[in-house]
Amino acid sequence: MKKTLVVIGNGMVGQNFLAGLVNSAIKDHYEVITFCEEPRPAYDRVHLSEFFSGKTAQDLSLVPENFFQDHAITIHLGDKAVKIDRENKTVTSEKGLVIQYDKLVLATGSYPFVPPVPGADRANCLVYRTIEDLEAIQAAAANGKIGAVVGGGLLGLEAAKALKDLGLETHVVEFAPRLMAVQLDDAGGAMLRRKIEGLGVTVHTSKNTNLITDGDKCVNKMCFADGEELETDVILFSAGIRPRDDIARDCGLEVGPRGGIVINNQCATSDPDIYAIGECALWNGMIYGLVAPGYAMARTVVAELAGDAAGFTGADMSTKLKLMGVDVASIGDAHAKTPGAMVYTYQNGATEIYKRLVVSADKKQLLGAVLVGEASGYSTLLQYCLNGIELPENPDALILPHRSDESVGLGPDALPLSAQICSCYDVNKGAICSAVESGCTTLNALKAETKAGTGCGGCVPLLKSVLNSELAKHGYEVNTDICEHFPYTRQDLFNLIRVEQIKTFGDLLAKHGNGMGCDVCKPAVGSILASQWNEFVLSEEHLGLQDTNDTFLANMQKDGTYSVVPRITGGEIKPDMLIVLGQVAKKYNLYTKITGGQRVDLFGAKVDQLPNIWKELIEAGFESGHAYGKSLRTVKSCVGSTWCRYGIDDSVGLAVELENRYKGLRSPHKLKFAVSGCTRECAEAQGKDVGVIATENGWNLYVCGNGGMKPRHADLFATGLDKATLIRYIDRFLSFYVRTADRLQRTSVWMENMEGGLDYLKAVVIDDKLGLCEELEKQMQYVIDTYQCEWKTTIANEDKLKRFRHFVNSDKTDDNVVFVEERGQIRPANEEERKHFNLLEVAE
Amino acid sequence: MMKWIDVCAMEDLQPNSGVCALVNDRQVAIFFIPKETQVYAVSNYDPFSKTNILSRGMIGDLTGQRVVASPMYKQHFNLVTGACLEDDSVSIPVYSVKIENARVLIGVEENS
Repeated sequence: MKKTLVVIGNGMVGQNFLAGLVNSAIKDHYEVITFCEEPRPAYDRVHLSEFFSGKTAQDLSLVPENFFQDHAITIHLGDKAVKIDRENKTVTSEKGLVIQYDKLVLATGSYPFVPPVPGADRANCLVYRTIEDLEAIQAAAANGKIGAVVGGGLLGLEAAKALKDLGLETHVVEFAPRLMAVQLDDAGGAMLRRKIEGLGVTVHTSKNTNLITDGDKCVNKMCFADGEELETDVILFSAGIRPRDDIARDCGLEVGPRGGIVINNQCATSDPDIYAIGECALWNGMIYGLVAPGYAMARTVVAELAGDAAGFTGADMSTKLKLMGVDVASIGDAHAKTPGAMVYTYQNGATEIYKRLVVSADKKQLLGAVLVGEASGYSTLLQYCLNGIELPENPDALILPHRSDESVGLGPDALPLSAQICSCYDVNKGAICSAVESGCTTLNALKAETKAGTGCGGCVPLLKSVLNSELAKHGYEVNTDICEHFPYTRQDLFNLIRVEQIKTFGDLLAKHGNGMGCDVCKPAVGSILASQWNEFVLSEEHLGLQDTNDTFLANMQKDGTYSVVPRITGGEIKPDMLIVLGQVAKKYNLYTKITGGQRVDLFGAKVDQLPNIWKELIEAGFESGHAYGKSLRTVKSCVGSTWCRYGIDDSVGLAVELENRYKGLRSPHKLKFAVSGCTRECAEAQGKDVGVIATENGWNLYVCGNGGMKPRHADLFATGLDKATLIRYIDRFLSFYVRTADRLQRTSVWMENMEGGLDYLKAVVIDDKLGLCEELEKQMQYVIDTYQCEWKTTIANEDKLKRFRHFVNSDKTDDNVVFVEERGQIRPANEEERKHFNLLEVAE
Repeated sequence: MMKWIDVCAMEDLQPNSGVCALVNDRQVAIFFIPKETQVYAVSNYDPFSKTNILSRGMIGDLTGQRVVASPMYKQHFNLVTGACLEDDSVSIPVYSVKIENARVLIGVEENS
């Protein structure tokens, strides 16, 4: 015979309790019945203001589809439990239902506190808690111009955002002398105020509202104790919450002197068969107005019912929020109330950032922190605080801006397994590690498995870094299949192709894969085949493997036209050639720009123009610049000893030689080189995959640098080399990279992920530790010997040119491509301009 | 009433790749898988980049669905239904297509 469990309240915490319950075996012992006074089941109150930025009640719902049905839970929607009879163990509802219970859970939540101001019950004086409240606010705002929020705390500022989103002139009225008085100190509150006022919200602090009465211009007028007045149409009270404990009070359960149902560490009330969780519960004299502690209480009761040892022992009240677009975070003892506590402060008036650290007297422990304007350090600081991790020697480094490459972040490896990563769902690092171990190799899989990161979302960056660190530790044991069509890594595929002498994608798929392939494996295999056998990339069997850029030997731009990039080795160009470029650009009306790689890009070529443009360029002596391929792009150089007063060696000469040597090499990602003629380093060789710098003692070789999104300085690989040795090393280095890197992995990441890193790479390339060097050099020599200019081959082949038309059945061109003129050259028309041209979208 | 319009010869198609045909002022991307003598026809217009480029995308299969990947921002479209795999709310028009006597025919509704 099943027992009956009644849950009063289906808010965030009530629902979280049910979700926890159905995942526990104890659920089978209970018939579960829940009351929900609102017309809809639990929804996300934390993100309530998003209702005004377009989310629907459905979007905010926290209840999975068919949840109650699937788990045989009875929910009485729109019916409120009004009475508990502890003697007969029954609950009576407003609609007259009487339910017998064995165990009862109170999750009645809280209600917004409305200060006892005369006039607080006037029209348009509202609160901000339920979707119905929001609808009332929306209706009131529709007929008003001005809105005021009473309360400058977390919820008050959220409510202010809602008013602002509704288009009202918005005021925040706070009783305390600063905003977010509970979480912030004076300076932090002042900074927040400046930022919020910068967003067009007027902030009034130290304001005590005496009376609300008829306004002259607006519906209402607020009269303050200091004699000032504020006319406003809408007033929202958001001055704190009060526990809803009347049903408990009425049946004689113990409540606190200022409200709240008293619970013990097991979340049981003074009646052992009745529990209370969430904002209605008073634990240790404390009401927790945050969702995470409520969830912790819910977990405690599930464990308690199941007979597992568990206890609620208080909760961390640290918070991180985005209030009206401003990052605000508060951790632990933000007000430095701990005896002996010391404070570090960083304040940047220009960028409106305020940070404060509170540390123990011995400077070893972080006690608390306040962050306003920039809160990216929140996760790290919270971990220091919660796990008692010893602070670095200079704790202020944790809040000072990064001005060099010193790293002060707390790496995921420094965290103990017990470190709580997600406080909403209480997921610790250990749980995340084992989820990764059991196959969750993506953020989404990890979220689905552990629920971490699915609450407030604040821990997602930390979650991701734990995931990445775990993945890295597992190396290739984790699923690194290139895609669903091949159960292999790129390196595996490279070896299969090499050893089994496979020449086409079709053969590889038939022997080692399944399905048809996709836009991940096809170009990767196309690249491997090209670096291994170096056949024409547009031959019939390779054609379908190339991305559009490779297929049309040009780079697609945002409007579907292409850019044309001829090779200019080492950035050295004869005047006659430069003239040809100018003539071609002029003839075809191409936008012309000098690139960072010391060459010239011509933009705006339609697909059908490409062959004619290239015919002219090739006749003049140009060749393909391979800007479209994952291959060597440019070898940048300074002018070197030939002209420069300080030059040590001929950097241009070497750059030209290197570029000609490696041009056309297909690789896992693009490759950029540079050669500098002296250590002044004008060619910026230390920011390149391969960098060479001339010294008195010979060439210095740098490897694995790059610019871009994550710039990395190259590492010094070998010094004082003669040219023959230098080239030998580069041959080996590139071959080894092409053979072993992952798809789209730049040399920097490739080396950083390599066990042994730079030293290992040196051992392979310089000391021939793997006995591979001869083979690596041979492979490179083969690619060099079989080089062809792809454009030259294409132009000579009538059949290949067929592809370079927009329509297979018409000589028309794409009328959707439209240019306008800017600074004397063409550019793609923007959407506004396109309307002007009256272009219709090709949609049905 | 479906009307079949002759657009090109079979040999004008690109193996395991696409071409674009102009059919009643509409741009239609036609993809050809020679191994199965299979052809697919969808709109050439990529709703994400608002450009006529889908014929230049790569084809393949993902979780059993035949797809073309937009060469611009890499969204995938089902070649049979036109549905976008990354965004439920987006789909592209698809066209009937057949090969007869080594000619490629696209089906259009008579009144369209």
